Amino acid sequence: MTRAAPPLLKGAAVLVAAALVLLNLGALAAVAWRAEGGAGWGAADWAALRFTLWQACLSAVFSVALAIPVARALARRRFAGRGALIVLMGTPFILPVLVAVIGLLAVMGRNGLMNDLLALAGLPRLSIYGLQGVVLAHVFFNLPLAVRLLLQGWARIPAEHLRLAAALGFGASARFRHVEGPMLARVVPGALAVVFLICLTSFAVALTLGGGPRATTLELAIYQAFRFDFDLGHAALLAAVQAGIGLAALLLLARLTLPEGRVAGLDRLAPPAPGGLARVLDGAAIGASALFLLVPLGMVLIRGLPWLGDLSAVVWWAALRSVATAALSTALLAVFAGVLTLIALTRRWPEALGMAALTASPLVIGTGLFLIVNPWVDPARLALPVTALVNAAMALPFALRALLPAARRAEADFARLSASLGLSAGAHARLVLWPRLRRPAGFALGLGAALSMGDLGVIVLFAQTGNETLPMQMHRLMGAYRSGESAGAAVLLLALSLGAFVALERMVGGRDAET
Amino acid sequence: MRYPTLAAGLLMASAMAAQAQTPVLHVLTYDSFVAEWGPGPQIEAAFEAECGCDLQFAAPGDAAAMLSRLMLEGARTNVDVVVGLDTNLTAQAAPLMAPHGVETALDLPITWEDPLFLPFDWSWFAFVYDTTRTPTPPASFRELIDSDLSVVIQDPRSSTPGLGLLMWVKAAYGDEAAAIWRGLAPRILTVTPGWSEAYGLFLEGEADMVLSYTTSPAYHVIAEGDATKAAARFDEGHYLQVEVASIVGSTDQPDLARQFMAFLASDAAQAILPETNWMYPAVTPEGGLAEGFQGLIRPETSLLFPADEALALRDPALAEWREALAQ
Repeated sequence: MTRAAPPLLKGAAVLVAAALVLLNLGALAAVAWRAEGGAGWGAADWAALRFTLWQACLSAVFSVALAIPVARALARRRFAGRGALIVLMGTPFILPVLVAVIGLLAVMGRNGLMNDLLALAGLPRLSIYGLQGVVLAHVFFNLPLAVRLLLQGWARIPAEHLRLAAALGFGASARFRHVEGPMLARVVPGALAVVFLICLTSFAVALTLGGGPRATTLELAIYQAFRFDFDLGHAALLAAVQAGIGLAALLLLARLTLPEGRVAGLDRLAPPAPGGLARVLDGAAIGASALFLLVPLGMVLIRGLPWLGDLSAVVWWAALRSVATAALSTALLAVFAGVLTLIALTRRWPEALGMAALTASPLVIGTGLFLIVNPWVDPARLALPVTALVNAAMALPFALRALLPAARRAEADFARLSASLGLSAGAHARLVLWPRLRRPAGFALGLGAALSMGDLGVIVLFAQTGNETLPMQMHRLMGAYRSGESAGAAVLLLALSLGAFVALERMVGGRDAET
Repeated sequence: MRYPTLAAGLLMASAMAAQAQTPVLHVLTYDSFVAEWGPGPQIEAAFEAECGCDLQFAAPGDAAAMLSRLMLEGARTNVDVVVGLDTNLTAQAAPLMAPHGVETALDLPITWEDPLFLPFDWSWFAFVYDTTRTPTPPASFRELIDSDLSVVIQDPRSSTPGLGLLMWVKAAYGDEAAAIWRGLAPRILTVTPGWSEAYGLFLEGEADMVLSYTTSPAYHVIAEGDATKAAARFDEGHYLQVEVASIVGSTDQPDLARQFMAFLASDAAQAILPETNWMYPAVTPEGGLAEGFQGLIRPETSLLFPADEALALRDPALAEWREALAQ
């Protein structure tokens, strides 16, 4: 039972859709348009394609598989500091790549803590460089996201199911088969697809930790085509292949996604979680993942905190600009995500469209927009708004993954009830949807703000002296031998990203918005 | 879209206001040039004091990004002068450029005659190491191959120092370059997208050596009072990075652009460069160089391909590199 969308909403949806199509396809088309001559596809491109697919598959499988026990433990245990731990554990995902890699190396690198411990125990040092390093770093980035997505799945299991399972005396395996398994079957394909798509366009991580040209991704090949060869045709071809893989993954996801549960629930309290061995295992899962995710962050803090006081004024100005960009980007994201979520209750296309931003190469979007804008306006004047727009589109897939399942669940549970009560569309949205969507909405907007704060993608091409953002300034410090100040800027960036995330999640999501 | 129109309006208003007063010279350069601690701000102040103009820098990334920005803008570019291409990139940019007209005796280890591109600073590529960790550094690529040291290098597909190393090995070993790369492969800890990541990994102690410049240790001595970083002298000779400036042919400020080129080669600008860009000045300023530059190694053999040869060699050398390291 669904109701028709009001005309205003339909109009807004068309506008949002047009903006997203322009961003994704328009940019690629602009690059291809400027290309001269045909583009070849060589042996090196095949190698890049193979490596890209392989590392993205491995990264997705490991991230999601490891996230399952962690999410389950966090979903059913209550302990002091649980909310703060969940927020902190999400940090790697919102960190700029460079900062995260430095933190990771401080723990897992050749001179890292872990290898020092191994050496103390008389064991050989392990090397992080190679495919294992690429996958490890991608798990580091994406485990937090996968945990969050699965955690929302657990939160949406109707409490009645858990109560019934407890009343019937279900063991762990029966509970998994009848309650958790069906939920995972709905959530896991989406999580896998999201992580796969993120890793598909990986560039700096794959290169820095990959150990050499074996670890060449398509995005690096695009980068090379743009910068040294200035072969726009080749760049467009590579980007089209990359987008094609992403779209194929999304189509596969659409086929695999099961409809939201046929059994309704009524938002009641869950029964207590099982004790004994399950309790110990849950503790181990939470402890291990917290160590894995938080120790590298601690190393970033330790290195950077002493420098925080020495940061020059340009760094603080850059921080202010980053905050402004993130604010604009979050506002755009709220519009995009809100409109698409409401429309997606009755149609399928908004979900696919919103996810499509993940399949595009950031470099191609940046270059394409540059080509589109350049004849009309000095691109430097548009650096911040364009960055905000692109960041909003880039964060949209994550926002939709958080919002859509919750919205569909709410519709499945309450649409008939509110229709039988004769609620108007507005009242239904305010009284039924919003209370159930505000938590994922807080998460989505917080994520969008944090991602935008740390972004170093599009802005570089557009920026001119005087409008640098904090990630750019941090990169510049590092490029001028000033690694200390750069570490200080990294701490500032970490604090701003995390602060924006927590503030928005609390403001929008409400006080108990930790899941 | 609302923002572009709004911004376009603001842009037109501010551009008209500026044009009424002083001529503007648009200089395209790489980002570390214009950083607060780079040469940009001092150069800007010194030149504006003598030209009665407004010098505006644009810095879209590193040198390669700068070149692709210039190519993207094509004929529509408002750039008057480009500062910071090196000889691996100049061949592609040459068709866009006009003669610079500056005649000054240059202090380069090679002879330089190019009507389009004027060097403003230079250095040799070199592997930098920590003297406390590596007391006896290798003295050639072959010694490096036989050592158990780890090095971190930059990817020649994304960074200009990486491209410089590719040319270095090619210039020193010619047809044997592939064999040298195969020998180096086990010594290479990883390949980074740019100079910053590689140098960062070295400073963190992840690798024993990093591809950088013979002048890099001067930064540590002068800015940090740290004398433990040094560049290893290689018997094969060292490849040069010569950074050049040039006038864009389509400039609407040809006189101002030529004035800027002459200024860049003058004492006033050259004295700023060593301790902001950490390279050798193209014309040694009257005051000479700071003491931190005196202890640096000065290779006897300098290697450098002419720009068009470097461009022709790039693709085959890249394929060679990729195959040797992919095994």
